[in-house]
Amino acid sequence: KIESLKVTVDFLKVPLGLKKPPLKEALAAVPGPGRAKPLGVERHKPRRSDTMDNESQYSGYSYKSGHSRSSRKHRDRRDRHRSKSRDGSRGDKSVTIQAPGEPLLDNESTRGDERDDNWGETTTVVTGTSEHSISHDDITRITKDMEDSAHLDCSRHLGVSLAGALALLAFLTPLAFMLLPQLLWREELEPCGTPCEGLFISVAFKLLILLLGSWALFFRRPKAFFPRVFVFRALLMVLVFLLVVSYWLFYGVRILDSRDRNYQGVVQYAVSLVDALLFVHYLAVVLLELRQLQPQFTLKAVRSADGASRFYNVGHLSIQRAAVWILENYYHDFPVYNPALLNLPKSVLSKKMSGFKVYSLGEENTTNNSTGQSRAVIAAAARRRDNSHNEYYYEEAEHERRVRKRRARLVVAVEEAFTHIKRLQEEDQKNPREIMDPREAAQAIFASMARAMQKYLRTTKQQPYHTMESILQHLEFCITHDMTPKAFLERYLTAGPTIQYHKDRWLAKQWTLVSEEPVTNGLKDGVVFVLKRQDFSLVVSTKKIPFFKLSEEFVDPKSHKFVMRLQSETSV
Amino acid sequence: SYFIFFSFQQRIEIHKLRQGDNLILGFSIGGGIDQDPAQNPFSEDKTDKGIYVTRVTEGGPAEVAGLQIGDKIMQVNGWDMTMVTHDQARKRLTKRNEEVVRLLVTRQSLQKAVQQSMMS
Repeated sequence: KIESLKVTVDFLKVPLGLKKPPLKEALAAVPGPGRAKPLGVERHKPRRSDTMDNESQYSGYSYKSGHSRSSRKHRDRRDRHRSKSRDGSRGDKSVTIQAPGEPLLDNESTRGDERDDNWGETTTVVTGTSEHSISHDDITRITKDMEDSAHLDCSRHLGVSLAGALALLAFLTPLAFMLLPQLLWREELEPCGTPCEGLFISVAFKLLILLLGSWALFFRRPKAFFPRVFVFRALLMVLVFLLVVSYWLFYGVRILDSRDRNYQGVVQYAVSLVDALLFVHYLAVVLLELRQLQPQFTLKAVRSADGASRFYNVGHLSIQRAAVWILENYYHDFPVYNPALLNLPKSVLSKKMSGFKVYSLGEENTTNNSTGQSRAVIAAAARRRDNSHNEYYYEEAEHERRVRKRRARLVVAVEEAFTHIKRLQEEDQKNPREIMDPREAAQAIFASMARAMQKYLRTTKQQPYHTMESILQHLEFCITHDMTPKAFLERYLTAGPTIQYHKDRWLAKQWTLVSEEPVTNGLKDGVVFVLKRQDFSLVVSTKKIPFFKLSEEFVDPKSHKFVMRLQSETSV
Repeated sequence: SYFIFFSFQQRIEIHKLRQGDNLILGFSIGGGIDQDPAQNPFSEDKTDKGIYVTRVTEGGPAEVAGLQIGDKIMQVNGWDMTMVTHDQARKRLTKRNEEVVRLLVTRQSLQKAVQQSMMS
């Protein structure tokens, strides 16, 4: 069936101009920047600014276009799954939430994309993507970092610079309001003594407060790059813009044109603008900071590779912000992903399928043979009495025992090693050659515990995470801070969270957000989204915190009375 | 010969005796789901929370009707007594408008099985 559908899709891979349905194929079939233009004209507004809320409707449009071709249900279902998340506002197909650091196994990232059932999306890596290309679902690439980052930086800076320009304009406007009459028609102005001075002072302080507040609220290093525009910020910018423009309009008409001579009135006008800006800032605080503080939803994040899960409480957030929140917590809550621990030991699994050989006697027709054979093997294996659980149990027990033994050896070795050094006291008179700094002290005692450590790490399959250099550094750190051997070992005895390990190697730079709904939508009960890495993903599901109905019951402290449990006897 | 321990059910009809303002039956009860069953001397199973007859006054209506000490009362006039509180049991036995109560009781009896009946 897949073959036949693939054939149909190939047939349709002809660019059909501006028609909506074959958009995907057209896009897929013809890589290169050329195709982007006609489609861009049709569907995409080229303005790159933060105030583009219509981008969130945009994704709905692309969703509908994919949906219209419902004949290919299989493909559409997957498209739909990918589409919501893949809508990048700046033309990227994989919605990226970038955290600092290097990706884990990045050069193997194409592994997952070349599976056979990607035939629908026609695995074209989109090259030469301009900002006007469609934010489309079929193309979810992780390897186009370089193209992405160039475009994304550009648009990110555009947004920030626009906001900065607007803020500067809003800040300077009251000053301009007050200065222009002085500059233009100074002689005609009525003198204005104490009230004006008071107003000047209040304007100065209010502007200072506004400046500090804006700095505190807005000028922060972004911790993540969001795929979609941040709705509330855009709203606030629009509001400020309208406010300032309307004030200028009135100013131009009423004051500049008519050369109003009442200077106090002009100054009061400027003060009212500053007040309005302060209130907008208050609104910004409430919308951006306060609204999501009260927990409304519980998010459950489950790692697909090994089932590690956590629950988090969040407030009203959009899906993209919730995703960033989850990622921030992922790095310090989840134990590090260790692919070596995932599989059942080979000795358990290999015994399962052996024992049956299927001989074909006199079969000419080879195409049916393989499926028939495998089915026979599977059926026979299922009927056979399955003892692999037994082997698994014993293997587990043996492994436990081995780990415990090695751990005991390690603990003893480390304890003993730590007894060899001590901190130099002031009153000790020691030969300068004998005095060591922490690094040397670490190197001195490392040799005695190295072997036990190595064996332990190998048994628990942690050896890729700890190089000798890292162990030495940690030892040096512990010695410097007077830690006990147990504190030193804490890092090795349990698998810690990802952020603890050497960050260049293990911290991922890029996650992909997969969501069925537009990512600027708010969280609702039952929303599920997935944060993908190359080799595992975090599946996050949302549940609304229930509405609690608390009722009150008064208990009189004197009402606590007790009796012995007896066998009463009553005469009737 | 050997002993057999078994229980059998018995229907007992007690006619209440009027004493002043009260109608009395002439026995005492113990037990109930709100009581401690471990202290019941008459029950075979120490988790049994049923109503047991703990005393029978001599010459009273209960003795006349054949009620014995240690009987477990299963029903009173059709009302179940195996899952009631002590007070509910008392109330069901002392209803003012009833002059006659018909009890269904369970009695444990130790019988000596006579072997010669089998030999003959």
